[in-house]
Amino acid sequence: MNPVQTLRVALRAIFRNKIRAFLTTLGIVIGVAAVIAMMAIGAGAKARVAEAFAAMGTNLLIIQPGSTSTSGVQGGFGSMPTLTWDDYVAIRDEVSTVKAAAPSLRSNLPVISDEQNWTTSVTGTSPDYFEIRNWPIALGAAFTQVDIESGTKVIVLGQTVVDKLYGPSADPVGQSVRIGSIPFQVVGVAAKKGQSATGQDYDDAAFIPYSTFASKVQGGLSKYLRGTIMVAATSADTTSKAQSDITALLRDRHHVPTGGDDDFQIRNLSEIAGAQQQGTDTMTTLLASVAAVSLAVGGIGIMNIMLVSVTERTREIGIRMAVGAKPNHILSQFLIEALSLSVAGGLIGVAWGVGVATYLAARFKWPMLIQPDVITVSVGFSALVGIVFGMYPAWKASKLDPIDALRYE
Amino acid sequence: MGVAAVGPAVAAAVCLACGSEGGPMGDSLIDISNVTKVYTTGDVQLRALDGVSLQVDHGEFIAVMGSSGSGKSTLMNIVGCLDRPTTGSYHLAGKDVSRLSRAELAETRNVFLGFVFQQFNLLARTSAAENVELPLIYGGIGSKERRKRAVAALEQVGLGNRLEHNPNQLSGGQQQRVAIARAIVNRPKVILADEPTGALDSRTSIEVMAVFQDLWRSGITIVLVTHEPDVAEFASRVVNMRDGHVLTDRTQQPKIAVPGASAENLKASAEPPKGPGAGAAA
Repeated sequence: MNPVQTLRVALRAIFRNKIRAFLTTLGIVIGVAAVIAMMAIGAGAKARVAEAFAAMGTNLLIIQPGSTSTSGVQGGFGSMPTLTWDDYVAIRDEVSTVKAAAPSLRSNLPVISDEQNWTTSVTGTSPDYFEIRNWPIALGAAFTQVDIESGTKVIVLGQTVVDKLYGPSADPVGQSVRIGSIPFQVVGVAAKKGQSATGQDYDDAAFIPYSTFASKVQGGLSKYLRGTIMVAATSADTTSKAQSDITALLRDRHHVPTGGDDDFQIRNLSEIAGAQQQGTDTMTTLLASVAAVSLAVGGIGIMNIMLVSVTERTREIGIRMAVGAKPNHILSQFLIEALSLSVAGGLIGVAWGVGVATYLAARFKWPMLIQPDVITVSVGFSALVGIVFGMYPAWKASKLDPIDALRYE
Repeated sequence: MGVAAVGPAVAAAVCLACGSEGGPMGDSLIDISNVTKVYTTGDVQLRALDGVSLQVDHGEFIAVMGSSGSGKSTLMNIVGCLDRPTTGSYHLAGKDVSRLSRAELAETRNVFLGFVFQQFNLLARTSAAENVELPLIYGGIGSKERRKRAVAALEQVGLGNRLEHNPNQLSGGQQQRVAIARAIVNRPKVILADEPTGALDSRTSIEVMAVFQDLWRSGITIVLVTHEPDVAEFASRVVNMRDGHVLTDRTQQPKIAVPGASAENLKASAEPPKGPGAGAAA
């Protein structure tokens, strides 16, 4: 008896009890669908986290000035300005792994239009800032290097600020706003960027040239840069290299002795992103384990129904044995029946899982990520479940005594 | 016609219960020598067969008779390679089959034996042709050849026009004829029939017995187990069993089964125990 015939006999037996077969496979179906959907959701969430960090700016390093230490009380990073404007220029021009650098001087200030006012985070920076943060300008244009050099009073508004001051879908380019009493001309509106991973609204912000910020907000351009420097490395792979290059450069420029503490801090956002990704991975593993347990439960369902099937078909087994079926024939017949059930369940489960994942991806605007290996593994696993849980009933069938089996009522 | 076939059967009639156990009996098709079968349930031992010897030659039509508990079913199971004797030997077509494994017994059944049961034992919801093909599937015959042989076997039992009917669409007699077709499709040496008329009315019984006699005339050896003397009439040799022993063993002139004959006809002609080989008792 070849495998094709065995399969045909098994399928026939299954199709005789369609509803029962369906209910039996339902455990596997749900298990596999859950695995596929969970993995897709996990992958989608992971991609979303990655997207959120990409929105913050890829390959981003943030350099903060160092801390003061007066009478043993350490003031924390940023409490003392140790970064100079020359440091910024050196980082921008001398480090080969740095693609772009921009100062970021920040203060919460009221921005006032003719009708409304709104207190927002005003950042003094250079045009490179928008490139570093991957942040295109939706309306108008960013200020330019010329604006920096001449300290022009121009401003780029975030979308939230535009909404608050002018209402949604207004075009404020060319209008005038005041920060305090100083009038600024709106030259551009930054594209909507949404929320950060921690829920902060990126669009609640306004940007002016750093020279203007230093002179008008910070009361004059000094030697020290009273803010942070944002740096984009040339690629994701060179981010760590850029970090160490900048550390070496700044230690050298600040004459920090060997073994002495840095008087600045560099935050590497890709590390934070990595930690976030790990959290997502753990969640995915957890969900997938729960789904795997339901697959095992599905296997028990198959075993149960196969035992019923063997009992119901005792006489058939007797007939087959009488006309020459060997124990192995009977074993493989019932094993293949269990296997067919579980693999069919697996395939239906894949279809369901893909459907659920597609729906959720569309619903939450996630990228649709279904890895082919997850499908292969879950169908393979359901086949394994069929073999493991089908083995005992099949073995039981093959051990039947043909005489007893033929007499079975 | 039936008479002609009786010749070899008569010649082959060997006294069995005489107990001369021992050596293989030459070229007997079935050679059972001093076989016992003991069933143990708890402390109780039941000797279903107690030193039975029996030789059956090619071309015999032997009826094994006895009341329930006489051991005839046990003997049937051993002859049919469904069970193994506790002691003693069983040679089938010259081969010792008394100590074979379950798989080897299955193969022996497939190649040498065909079964017909009282309850027909056809696979439900499976067409007549597919039922008949079943032994060929386990014999590893290709699907075209299987079909051809199944159709031929069904035509031989007069059911060439019922190939695609399922058992529930067939009468009892037709179902039993499908079972007979299944028994002969593998061209076995022996057909074992266990109460083949037990579930049939007397008219259909005669039809079925006529099929058996046709097969017998074509050279197939038939071992029939029955408790009905009427049915045993159609065999060429009758073995009577009681309490695990062979009581009598005689050859006889078989009655010819005429399909269509009424039940009364059967009863009437069965009354006088006639036939040349009667009475070879132990």
